[in-house]
Amino acid sequence: MIRTLVAIVGRDLHIAARIGGAGGLSLVFFLMLVTLIPFAIGPDLNLLSRIGPAILWLAAVLSTLIGLDRLFQADEEDGSLAIMLASETPLELVVIAKGAAHWLTTGLPLALCAPLFGLLLALTPQAMLAVSATLLVGTPALTFIGMVGAALTARLRRGGLILSILVMPLMVPTLIFGVSAAGAATGGTVPFLTPFLILCAISLAALVVGAVAAAMALRAEG
Amino acid sequence: MAENNSILTALANPTRFLALSARVLPWMAGLSAVLLAVGLWLVFFQVPDDYQQGATVRIMYIHVPAAWLSLFLYAMMTGSAIGTLVWRHPLADVAQKAAAPIGAAFTLLCLVTGSIWGKPMWGTWWVWDARLTSELVLLLIYLGIIGLWRAIEEPSAAARAVAIMTLVGFVNIPIVKFSVDWWNTLHQPASVFRLGGSTIDASMLWPLLVMAAGFTLLAVSLHLSGMRTEILRRRVRALSLLEAQQRERAPVAAVVAPGVAR
Amino acid sequence: MSGGHMGYIVAAYAFAAITVGGLILRAVLDHRAQQRALADFEARGVQRRSRRKAAQP
Repeated sequence: MIRTLVAIVGRDLHIAARIGGAGGLSLVFFLMLVTLIPFAIGPDLNLLSRIGPAILWLAAVLSTLIGLDRLFQADEEDGSLAIMLASETPLELVVIAKGAAHWLTTGLPLALCAPLFGLLLALTPQAMLAVSATLLVGTPALTFIGMVGAALTARLRRGGLILSILVMPLMVPTLIFGVSAAGAATGGTVPFLTPFLILCAISLAALVVGAVAAAMALRAEG
Repeated sequence: MAENNSILTALANPTRFLALSARVLPWMAGLSAVLLAVGLWLVFFQVPDDYQQGATVRIMYIHVPAAWLSLFLYAMMTGSAIGTLVWRHPLADVAQKAAAPIGAAFTLLCLVTGSIWGKPMWGTWWVWDARLTSELVLLLIYLGIIGLWRAIEEPSAAARAVAIMTLVGFVNIPIVKFSVDWWNTLHQPASVFRLGGSTIDASMLWPLLVMAAGFTLLAVSLHLSGMRTEILRRRVRALSLLEAQQRERAPVAAVVAPGVAR
Repeated sequence: MSGGHMGYIVAAYAFAAITVGGLILRAVLDHRAQQRALADFEARGVQRRSRRKAAQP
């Protein structure tokens, strides 16, 4: 069973790395957003460093949506979804493996590159570290919440827009606590650990709820 | 419980539901109209002005029932979603679908009246107040659900997908409420004026209860009527599919026959 | 009903009336449209399976 799950993660990583895969593209998209926002609000470095964590978090939310619509759709088209549904491995675990692969190609690179992009926004080293840490524990929540939408729209031909509309309101708590924790690290009224721990809790809850709901959605439509 | 079960099973037959609801609906709608009329009379001719908020307190009598209904209809959708997923109750799909637009409309009503009330009280049309903001997120969830209904063509597949989404939303709503409350206290000092935050006097409570009851009956009547329409819509859909099938067969016969004669 | 906030109250109640009126209008019109469509099918002789079975045992 473990071997099946590892194989699924390996396969998805392989597909993402291949030509035509989505790997790396979400990172480029992230960079685009971080570049565009200063053009919209002006190059005032004081302002940028103040709202920098918020910009990086918003960019992370939007970049997570990229590629989500293909998460199960591609498997549906080439028939591997039917095999996953029929296999002995619990679908919930299969779905978690798919989510893990998605996170490894989007969330993790975003968290690792956030300090680099933070330079563009004149973040202090402390703020860079905080944003990176919050993205590291917060992006799994984004992925697993998004996975529910991906499973619900797996059989729709143009599911991308409806997927975003379904999923974005559910990402509000993650965004709130992610930005709060990142902001708290650079001074503020609350200690860093309070929102940070709630963010961890949201990620764990999203893992469970997301896996159960996405598996239910895939079964219900099949 | 057993009796309740048998009522649910009896209602599972759409034809029986149509007959029963046709008998109940006029009474319910009539009662709702009477209650709303009495409520409006109480609000405009009996309720004294609030010492703090003046005459604008009258907006509360639509704002609060609308807020209550936005949650009530979502709860109804959640119940129906469980009915769809667990018992495969045929009317649960229909109940889910009929509730969504009504819930969204009352959520919008709550937001707009809250905003209109906010202008004289707070001085701006919109304040990122915890309640208004959670209600806004609820509206977004409603709109997403309506979008999902429209995106999936086959009704029973759409019902299952929407049921799952409704349940996920149901789990999320308290978390959204909690996080928005937290975010709000973080960003705003506690001196913000809170709508309906203080205890309410009996002279204001009774009209509010009457209005709430009237609005609730109105929503239930609209919901029943929406369910009836939805049942008819499914029949229309089934018939048009049937007709398309027949038409597909008919032209083949018409083309083949002359060829044979020749 | 003192105070200069009459406009806000009127606006709130007007919006409520529009919303409720819209909901009722939509319910009635939609119901009629579906009824008409059903009657159309009936006139053309297309019948639901359950009814056909009942008609010709």
